[in-house]
Amino acid sequence: MAKNQQDILIEVRRKSSLRKRIVKSKTSYLMMAPYLILFFFFTVLPILVSIILSFTYFNMLEAPTFIGWANYTKLFLEDNIFLIALKNTLLFAIITGPASYLLCLLFAWIINEFHGKLRAFLTLVFYAPSICGQAYLIWNLIFTGDRYGILNGFLMNWGVINEAKIWMKDAKYILPFLIVVQLWLSLGTGFLAFIAGLQTVDRTLYEAAAVDGVKNRWQELWHVTLPAMKPQLMFGAVMQITQSFAIADVSIQLAGNPSVNYAGTTIVTHLLDYGTYRFEMGYASAIASVLFLLMVGTNKLVQRLLRRVGE
Amino acid sequence: MKPKRRLFRRQKQLNRSAAGNGLLFTLMFFCGIFMALPLVMIANNALKPLDEIFKYPPAIFVKNPTLENFTDLFVLMNDTWVPFSRYIFNTFIITGFGTVGHVLVASLAAYPLAKHDFPGKKIIFHMIVLSMMFSWTVTQIPNYMIISFLHINNTYLALILPAWQFGMGLYLMKQFMEQIPTTLVESSRLDGASEWKTYWTIIMPNVKPAWLTLAIFQFQQMWGNTGSTFLRSEELKPLQFALQQITAGGAKRAGASAAVSFILAAIPITFFLICQSNILETMTTSGMKE
Repeated sequence: MAKNQQDILIEVRRKSSLRKRIVKSKTSYLMMAPYLILFFFFTVLPILVSIILSFTYFNMLEAPTFIGWANYTKLFLEDNIFLIALKNTLLFAIITGPASYLLCLLFAWIINEFHGKLRAFLTLVFYAPSICGQAYLIWNLIFTGDRYGILNGFLMNWGVINEAKIWMKDAKYILPFLIVVQLWLSLGTGFLAFIAGLQTVDRTLYEAAAVDGVKNRWQELWHVTLPAMKPQLMFGAVMQITQSFAIADVSIQLAGNPSVNYAGTTIVTHLLDYGTYRFEMGYASAIASVLFLLMVGTNKLVQRLLRRVGE
Repeated sequence: MKPKRRLFRRQKQLNRSAAGNGLLFTLMFFCGIFMALPLVMIANNALKPLDEIFKYPPAIFVKNPTLENFTDLFVLMNDTWVPFSRYIFNTFIITGFGTVGHVLVASLAAYPLAKHDFPGKKIIFHMIVLSMMFSWTVTQIPNYMIISFLHINNTYLALILPAWQFGMGLYLMKQFMEQIPTTLVESSRLDGASEWKTYWTIIMPNVKPAWLTLAIFQFQQMWGNTGSTFLRSEELKPLQFALQQITAGGAKRAGASAAVSFILAAIPITFFLICQSNILETMTTSGMKE
């Protein structure tokens, strides 16, 4: 009995101190209010609605009808194309994710070694595929399926192949080529965040490191630069996950949707197929929810790995 | 301050080898050529006369450069139903408010998340990061319903307000603010500055590279928006929409549409260059010390 009373007392004290803490932090809440109100209306609410829709049949004309887990069981047990999409997406994520993360970091760091106008110019050049919005045009020229295609012409000149190949209509080549293009395109958000991050690293750290016996730029990178920009590394990782799991544009623009033998299908192209062509919003929402869970899991894993940087 | 900087420069040189410089320079040169392809192609296409645009096999470089495409584009602009200046004005409003507002709202919210301790902080932050992982394709329809419900359909607000709350911006700002030493914030508090003042005079100047970067992202995002889902009135639509209408004219407008591609890319690139040169500028002035 006595113990019980004590528990209640602790609980009461905790609650009142919680209330006190909330009152005390009113400036913090006030500062966040404009963002959070908008965030609730334009992000939280739509996401909740579409998670609810994933348990319904909804064709956008009639009112949604509740069908329980049917969308999800159909997704995993009957939809063979979804399984191909899942496999392709995981391949994309496992290969392009870490690779482009490292590329972003590497190029940002090298560019930071240059000075003045040359550095501004290099930043622009490497960010160009992300900013121009015309990138697929070039790759369509390269992969053109006749002998005027740049890749075909090149390989035929060198005698590697005898006749032109229709690259984007051959299931064997689609995925590897899409991965190459994706890597080329991937110096985007993370890249610029890293460049800005390198700017905010405290310069005195380098002086201290030089005194402490850091000998070259590689040691400097691992022992000073990377630990100092850990917040940006985390940000880059999250952006990388959202980008590499959500790959769709590359595939649609270069291989078409659906692609030959579904060789370029990803979860998002599958989602677009159901959401924007077949108008089965319930099913599309279920696909989105599965993708969401996949990303959240990966995110947890990557964050754990990143805590070790610089140790 | 000056002698110190000179000392630091000399030490920085000490940690750099000529072989390393050479290696990195060569690497950047070859990768750079490959990455610059879209820039080269857009510029060349805009200068190509019609016969070169339709040439098969297509060439990357222009042979007889001409400004014909741009003059064609100007003629077409005068034919539009709504005066062309109206489209430019719309873009200015949507992109301007969308970018400035987002940078302010997101960074204001990021400051308490990075430097304050209050109940619910972790949950709010996790929610924002998780929200970035939900596919926007399926939230489009709920979004449309909510915008109609708020009665801001067919106004500039339908594009501007949702743009203020992108999760990425807040996350980016919060991560940079975390780097600022807490002692700096505390000393500002001891000097009697309010939280709002600390945010504006201590935090924001120190994360200048971050909000300039965010401005680049947001500008690009807003600039790419055609507004076709939420804006029905022709006189509210942005430049992007008008220019794409010109491109939709098909083969007889191929020249003008090459010029359109050039303009559509040139404006974000100009904005990017302005911001980037400012990011570099901060490098010499920032002195964050514990």
